[in-house]
Parts: sequence; C-alpha cells; structure tokens
Amino acid sequence: MIKLLLIVPFIGMCLLLPFANRIEPYIFGLPFLLFWIILWMVLSSAILAIVYKYDPANQGGEEK
Amino acid sequence: MNVALLIIFAFAALALFLGIRATHGKEMNVDEFAVGNKGFGTLFIFLLIAGEVYTTFTFLGGSGWAYSKGAAAFYVPAYICLAYVISYWIVPNIWRYAKQNHIISQPDYFASKFNSPILGLVVSFIGTIALIPYIVIQLKGLGIIVSEASYGSISPLAASTIGAIIATIYVIISGIHGSAWTAVLKDIMILFVIVFLGIYIPFHYFGGIQPLFKAVEAVKPESLVLSAEGLSISWFVSTVILNAFSFYLLPNSFSVVLSAKGERSLKKNAITLPLYTLLLLFAFFIGFAAIIEIPGLQGADGDLSLLRLTLQTFDPWVVGIVGAAGLLTALVPVSVMLMSASIGLMTGFYKLIAPQASDRQQLIVSKVFVLIIIVVAFIFTVTGGNALAILNIMSYSFIAQLVPALLFSFFNQRAFNKFGAMAGIITGVAIVLYATVTGAKLADAFPSIPPIINDINTGAIAMAVNVIIAIFVSLLTNHLISSGRKETYQEPAKDLVK
Repeated sequence: MIKLLLIVPFIGMCLLLPFANRIEPYIFGLPFLLFWIILWMVLSSAILAIVYKYDPANQGGEEK
Repeated sequence: MNVALLIIFAFAALALFLGIRATHGKEMNVDEFAVGNKGFGTLFIFLLIAGEVYTTFTFLGGSGWAYSKGAAAFYVPAYICLAYVISYWIVPNIWRYAKQNHIISQPDYFASKFNSPILGLVVSFIGTIALIPYIVIQLKGLGIIVSEASYGSISPLAASTIGAIIATIYVIISGIHGSAWTAVLKDIMILFVIVFLGIYIPFHYFGGIQPLFKAVEAVKPESLVLSAEGLSISWFVSTVILNAFSFYLLPNSFSVVLSAKGERSLKKNAITLPLYTLLLLFAFFIGFAAIIEIPGLQGADGDLSLLRLTLQTFDPWVVGIVGAAGLLTALVPVSVMLMSASIGLMTGFYKLIAPQASDRQQLIVSKVFVLIIIVVAFIFTVTGGNALAILNIMSYSFIAQLVPALLFSFFNQRAFNKFGAMAGIITGVAIVLYATVTGAKLADAFPSIPPIINDINTGAIAMAVNVIIAIFVSLLTNHLISSGRKETYQEPAKDLVK
C-alpha cells in the first residue's frame, strides 16, 4: 500500500504544472517554474526514502 | 599541440587504461561481459545509471536547449526524476524474474516472459535501431566538444574516430566492467566541472543566480515559462510521462538493471538518483547565461553555448579539463550502448538461428556485433543527414512501444499474450514511423482540435493505440495458446497488490 505514495510526484510534476507555469515569485533566486521542478525532484527523493523505509519487502535481514 | 589538447589526451589514455584493466583477473564469459555476472553493488549501479543521464547531452543539449528553447529544457530532469520513481516499482520485478530465469538482455526477457523467441527478435531489432542514433549523437557530440576545447587543433571527425576506437577497444576487452570503471572517472570529473561552471559563470557575469534570471527575464521573458502552443504544457506532460516509462526500457538501462547484485541496491539508487539529477540545473544556468553573454547562436549552434562561454571565460588548462570531462561523458554511454545492443542482437537473433552455440561462440559473436554496430554508427556520424535526425526523434517513441508489454508482463497474460504484444508493438512502431516521416500531427486529420491535444507527443498516442490493439488481439487469440505455456512467475504480481 505504501507504494501508492509513488503517485504523488506525478501529481506535483505533471497535474499541478499548469499552476506553476509562471516566472514570479522568485524563490531561492529561481524563477517559479524552475523552482517548482527542482522542488519536486527533492520531494521525489524524500518520498522514495519514506517508501523504502516502510516497504515490507525491505524488512528483515540483509538480502541474500 | 596546446595544453588543453594535452589534458584531453591524458584523460583519454587514463580512460582506456581503466577500461582495459577492469577485468583484471576475471575469466571472461557471456555473463561477465553482458551483466558483470549480476554482481554490481549499489555504487557501480549508481554510476552506470547516472552515466546514462550525464551524457554529452549535459554538456551540449542541456545548456543548448535552455539557450534556444528556454523552459522546455526542464522536461529532461522532470522525466528522469519520474523515471526513478517508476523504477522503484518496475525494476525489482524485472530483476527478480531475470535472476530466476537467467536473463542477460532485454530481448531475452521478452522472449522468456512471453514464451516467444520471435518477440525477442523483434525487440532486439527495435532496441538496436533505437540505440544507433544515440551512439551517433554521442560520437558527434564527442567530436564537437574535443574539437572546440582544443581550440580547433583537432578536427571533430578525428576526435570522433579516436573516441569510437577507445570505446570499442575496452568494450571488446572488458564488456560492462570497462564501462563501470570508466564511469567512476567520468562522474568525478563531471560533478566537479558542471558545478564549478554552473556557479562560477552566473556569479562572474551577473553577481548571482537571481540577477542572472532577472537579466534573462528582461531580454527574453518567454524563455522562463512554457509556451501556449508547440512546446506547451501538454507537450511537456505527455513527453515527460512517455520518457519516464521508457527510460528503463532503453536496452542500455535495462542491461544495467540486470547487472545489479540485489534488488535493494536498485531501490536505494532510486532514492538518491533524483538528487543527483539536480546537477542538470547547473547546465541550465550556463545555457541561460549564454543567452545574454553570447547571443546569436542559431539553430543547432545553440548546443555550443556552454563550450563557447567556457572558451570566452577561462584559461586553456580549464578548457582542457572541461573538454576531458566532455570526452568521458561520451565514452561511458557509448560503451554501455554498444555492449547492450550487441548482447541484444546475440540473444535475440544469433541464439535463435544457433540455439546450440557454446558460451565461447556467443561471446565471439557478441564482439563481432560490437564491431558491426560501431561501424554503422560511425558511417552515420560521418555522413549525417536527414535519416539520422528522423531516427533520433523516433528513438524514444520506438522504445516506448515496448512499455505496455512490459507492464502487462507483470500481471495476467491472458489479457496481453504474445500475439497481442507483437501486434501492439508493431502497430505502435508503424504509427511512430508514419508520423515522423510524414510529419503528420493530429491536427492534419482533425483540423479543429485545440493545441492542448495536438501537442501531445506522437509516441504517447501510438502507445495508446498499441495497448488497444494488443488487448483486442490477445482476447481473440487466447484460445490458440495451448496449456503448454510456460508457468509465469507469480510473485511480482502478488507484490503489486499489497
């Protein structure tokens, strides 16, 4: 079930993109659209880390 | 002979040395050659997958697209990032099946999973046709980078030739081990070079990142957002999704997956790779800086923006290091592509006509395919021309046609059997071929459709038709497949419904 979280980056990067297609406001010196994409790259990594941690397939022992 | 060229040659020699030494003390067989005996740990897999991302594209295309097409360039990190997200789900399924069934290539996987050697043959041809333009692009890029960075003291053609020879030598000697070792050198170099350039140039010329973008906004504000038509939001989204799903189906990425020691090392890499992809941001900074500093590069010359800006800014020894990094970013992907295309042809084609071939014969045939492929790619590099440009546009769209069959192969194959998969793939490829050669868009058939639909990537439309045909044909032909069908491996499917 935890793997359903993997859909979230698609929502951010694709579905919400029309709302992010703008220059202002600048964040960390980046125009907003570029910032938005960077933000979702960082969040994707975080989400993958969460999924990895709670995925039952990764529990228990080192892999053979 | 100037200092820049000396530095480039020194790194070329080092790469060749590492590539040749890579199999020191290992007995070479097909498994070692193709997938490193499935023994690569997290770090090597990381470097090899990253090697597919940081190609000459980082140097030429990343900055070049930002320079000439602006925000449309952002599709690259977006799709690569989402490819890693998807990989967490699909890649362990592929790896597990490959481990159990002793699969060493992509055509092998399809042939085994669908119990159809003919499907394997089709997949191996599609893979090779899709890879050749990629190899050509890397060789051409290599030529341009080395020639520019050596202040023109070596011609692009001579540089491409030397690069092709180096990659061929170490692939033939070391197989994927050679790529892994040169990838170490390459990633250290590119990390250093791209971060340095991406920070130094904006601060040197503009005093910071925000001032850089403010300056671009003043001159060319439309380059900071996606346009309403053409390279629009619907183009962006459809291309990002299509490429994200296709990424691991490129035969070279697929080979890297198969070479992993365990599925956890693949999953761990999925976590870190999106962050590593952030490096492309620095290439964009350089491309945007070039809009202001060296305006007027037209068309394909936009790809030279990073190199021209480097030449204008730095001393020859820095230029030499940048050129050397550029050389390495071409060698690693070329070598992996050569290896995976040759192993694909060997398993998909040669084993079909010579099923009894010994391991030694298979290895020799694989190496002969390496030579054939590099010669064909080299001929295209020299002659160039329209055919290549068309092939290049089609590469990803071709590969994308394998995606539905792969995804359905994890589930019930009643809805997607070998006949359906074949019919779907062939229909999809035919649509891509037709649309690319004739330049047809949906608007030609339906003039009144809005740009939001017309801009959808052709490969994505072909993929949709592919799925419909495949399911339709599967339902019609299921009764033809006898109960003698190979037991499908069920565990991944269970895993998916958790």
